[in-house]
This record gives sequence, C-alpha cells and structure tokens, in this order.
Amino acid sequence: MDGYYAWMIVATALVLMMTTPALALFYGGMTRSKSVLNMMMMSYVALAVVGIVFVLWGWSMGWGADGVGNYNEKLIGNPFDMFGLKGVSHANYIYVLFQLTFAVITAALISGAIADRVKLSSWIVFLPLWVTAVYFPIAHNVWAGGWLYTHFPNLDYAGGTVVHINAGIAAGVLALVIGRRVGFMKESLKPHNLTLTMIGAGLLWFGWYGFNVGSIVFTADNFADPAKLSAQFQSETGVTFMNTTLATCAAMLAWLLAERLLHGKATSLGAASGVVAGLVAITPSCGSVDTLGALAVGAVAGAACAVAVGLKYKLKLDDSLDVVGVHLVGGIIGALMIGLFGTLDSPQGVDGYFPEGGGGLFYGGDITLLGHQAAGVLFTLVWSGVITAVIALAIKFTIGWRVSEEEEVDGIDFAEHGESAYDIHAATSTGGLSLNSVVAKAKEEANA
Amino acid sequence: MKLITAVIKPHKWEEAREALETFGVTGMTVSEVSGYGRQKGHTEVYRGAEYDIALVPKIRIEIVVDDGDADDVVGIIVKAAQTGRIGDGKVWVSSVETVVRVRTGDRDEAAI
Repeated sequence: MDGYYAWMIVATALVLMMTTPALALFYGGMTRSKSVLNMMMMSYVALAVVGIVFVLWGWSMGWGADGVGNYNEKLIGNPFDMFGLKGVSHANYIYVLFQLTFAVITAALISGAIADRVKLSSWIVFLPLWVTAVYFPIAHNVWAGGWLYTHFPNLDYAGGTVVHINAGIAAGVLALVIGRRVGFMKESLKPHNLTLTMIGAGLLWFGWYGFNVGSIVFTADNFADPAKLSAQFQSETGVTFMNTTLATCAAMLAWLLAERLLHGKATSLGAASGVVAGLVAITPSCGSVDTLGALAVGAVAGAACAVAVGLKYKLKLDDSLDVVGVHLVGGIIGALMIGLFGTLDSPQGVDGYFPEGGGGLFYGGDITLLGHQAAGVLFTLVWSGVITAVIALAIKFTIGWRVSEEEEVDGIDFAEHGESAYDIHAATSTGGLSLNSVVAKAKEEANA
Repeated sequence: MKLITAVIKPHKWEEAREALETFGVTGMTVSEVSGYGRQKGHTEVYRGAEYDIALVPKIRIEIVVDDGDADDVVGIIVKAAQTGRIGDGKVWVSSVETVVRVRTGDRDEAAI
C-alpha cells in the first residue's frame, strides 16, 4: 500500500510535468517565433486557473466522494457538496491532485488550435467556464459513476474520451468560432523551433507513464486484501507500462512511414507527432488490450493521424497545431479499437469492467463492447461540442477573443506580454528604450 | 580603392577567409544574408503542409582594397568559393571615393 501511495505521488508530479513544461514546449516550438511565449503561457495559465477551480468545486462536481467516485448515476454532480474539498480526508488528497493534473492538461491541450491570436484575458475567462460545464461532467459520466457509466459503461483507462476526444472536439469548435489566423493558407506559418517540439514530445512520453500507469483503480476485493492488492498493482502496472511503450513506438514508425510515402521525407515533426498520436490512442486502451493489440492501436493511430492533419486545409479550418488531427482522431481510434482488440485477459478484463458480451470483436466478443465504446465517443463529442460552442460564442460576443489584426501580425508575444522570446541579435535589439529609461530615472533621482 | 562584395555559400566561407588571409587581406566585414538567384529556394514539408522557402542563406563578404589588389582578391574568392554548381554566388567590384580610419583619422590608402 505504501508503495502504491509513493507511486501515486510520483505519477501525479509526472502528469503535472506534461503540461508544464512538456506541452508548452511541444506547442511552443510549432508556433512562429513571434508567438511562442503566448503559446507557452496558455499552458502555464491553464495550470494556475484550473488547478484552483478543480479544488474549489471540480472534485465535488466530478467525483464528489472521499475516494474514487460517488456513483450517483447523474449527468452532473453537485459543485457545492464538497466545495473546497470539504469532507475529503487528507489521505485521499493525492487522488484529488492526480485528477487535478488531468483537468489541467485537457484544458491546456485545447490551446494548440487557437495559437497566435487569442487575448490572454479571454483564455483565462474561458478556462473555468469550460472545465466546469464540460470537463467535470464528462469525467463524472465516464469515470466516477455518472449517467453514462450506469447505462453504457465504456472502457476508458486513462482518458481517451475524457481528455483527448473532449479536448479535440472543443479545440475544433473553438478554432471555428474564433476564426483563422491572418495569412492562413497564404503565408508561411511553419514551426519556428522543432528542437523545442522534440524535447516537449519526449517529456510528454515520459510524463505519460504517470498518466497511464498511475490510472490504476483497485477492485474492492483486492483493496481489502494486501496480498491481492499487491498482485493487481504489479501485474496491472506491468501491462499498462508495456502497452504505452509499444503503442508509442509503433505510432512513431507508422507516422514516419506514412509521410515518407505521402510527402517524400520522414520528418522530426512527424516523429514527435507520431509519439503523441500513439500515446493518445493507447490512453483509453492501455488496460484492455494485449501487446499485439497495443502495437495495432499505435500503428493505426500513427498512420491515420498523419493523414488526418491534412484535412484542415480541405476544411479551411485553422486548427493551428492539429489538436483535432492528433487528439480527436487519435482518441477516437483508441476508444473504438478497444471494441476490436479488447481482451478479457487484460487488467480491465480480469477486474470485471468489460460489459456482458465479452472482449472485442477480434477476441471472441460480440458487438456490445464496440457499441458501448461508440456511445462513450458520441456522448463526449455531443456534450463537449455543443457546450464548448455556447461558451465560445458567449465570449466572442461579449469580451471578444482576438487581439487586433495589427497586433497579430506584429506578434502576439509583444502585444499581450510586452516581451520577445529570443534576443539573438543582442547588439541591435537591446539599447535604446531600456537604456534611456534607466538614464532618465537616474537623472530624476539626481534632481530630487 | 575598390570595394569587393562577395555573396557565397556559407560552407565555403571558411576556405575563402583562409585564402584571403594567406594573400595578406587583414580585415573584412562578414554578414549572414539570405537571397536567391537561379538556384531558387527549396520546399519544406511540415505535417503535410508544403512551404516554398524562397530565400537561401548566404554569406556576404565586404573588403576594401587598393586598386592593384582588386583583381587578385576577386580571383582568390572565386577560386575558394567555387563548387561548380548553381548557387555558388557572385562577386562584384565597385569604386570607393574615400576611406577614413576611425581610430586615427587616416584617409584613403593609409586607412586600408
């Protein structure tokens, strides 16, 4: 038990690292040099805002229990029952913190679709509204015994629906409401620093072991018996760690192969993107497939996402850093492939989470599992899509989303933050203004 | 006096500098520039989106020399920077009216 508790502390810190700095680096490298700070700030601010909101009423709405969930079978939990963690024992704080980090990264993931053009203040207003009306209810329904869980129990080990499909569809809706960047499909909007993106992808992979392997939930039987608890802990973490690794390897190769065939070169951005696509797809399925299943999930996700990122140009949708192409598409693939590759020999099979009808279609089951998986996907798409649209439109017609066109062209880093990320030509870019203000201040002091 | 301006491939710059130093050229101004000629740019692909990168990175060397040295210096740069492929660059010579050494106020030939 102590070992499990120690692991959860580490896992929680690992998932926190996925947002800051891993996602911030992954996204930041893909923007232009004049908007990298703003892009990274969107992740950092998501941590600060959602971190507080989660403790105040997020836990109460989503989980509402002194443990892993209240199983109240309702669509929406009560935000006031356990406001500010009222009634949560200190020994269970680590569960709250673990779930907190998931809410943070889900919200931060959305920011990639609206890079380079959104006021920081509007993003800060959007964050609490979105997690309250979208993230907490969906987490409640999929994980903590809400309405969907009761009627269409679907397998989502670590957040394929709750995190990735949810963030993916919200990102698409937001990009649609907020509109395209100046110069989209006309000017070069290419990534400014792929080394940052490569570092970010590597850190995401590392942190993802906390995300997936930390998502273990013990059965009541095993929780009561130390020997059984230890057995479940060891075998289940072995499987989820293994599947996470295999799927990600397969997805990276599949993405590289797909782009080599389609566009001629295997790129570093393709490798980084393939890593993330594989991690996304194995997130819901890491506890319900075997090693071959994990390879299949990764390979399909890597290849499919490599093709899917091209769709935005056909749709003329400026999903700037492909949150839809990677997280929505990868999340749906991962969730649905459980319906094909899910096996009763997997941890979730052994623990008894599979619905009547057994494993996936390729593993001797009937259509029930695939049906439930599809229901979970559909539920998330509709809930997140509709409510995100309402919030996005409300902000658009009140405080507005975008910086002015001139500010966007000049660079949002300077417009919103008064900074520039890089001081490469030090001799010509410093001096003038700052020096004068120092001199002026010294003169003022001398005169006084 | 002549101003010699050379725009060459970046990976040939070190060879050109060494050859010029051997000849006795004691100073020059070098900048990283971009541009294109018949070489044109190239295409980069990011997540399937193709970008035509029009500009190619080059090194620009500027040297002021006595009239008598100009042809030699041009010859040295051309020899050092040549690969025989499109994109090797250009060297041109222009006349200079006056040169002043900032430290001493020396003018023209004395300032070179």
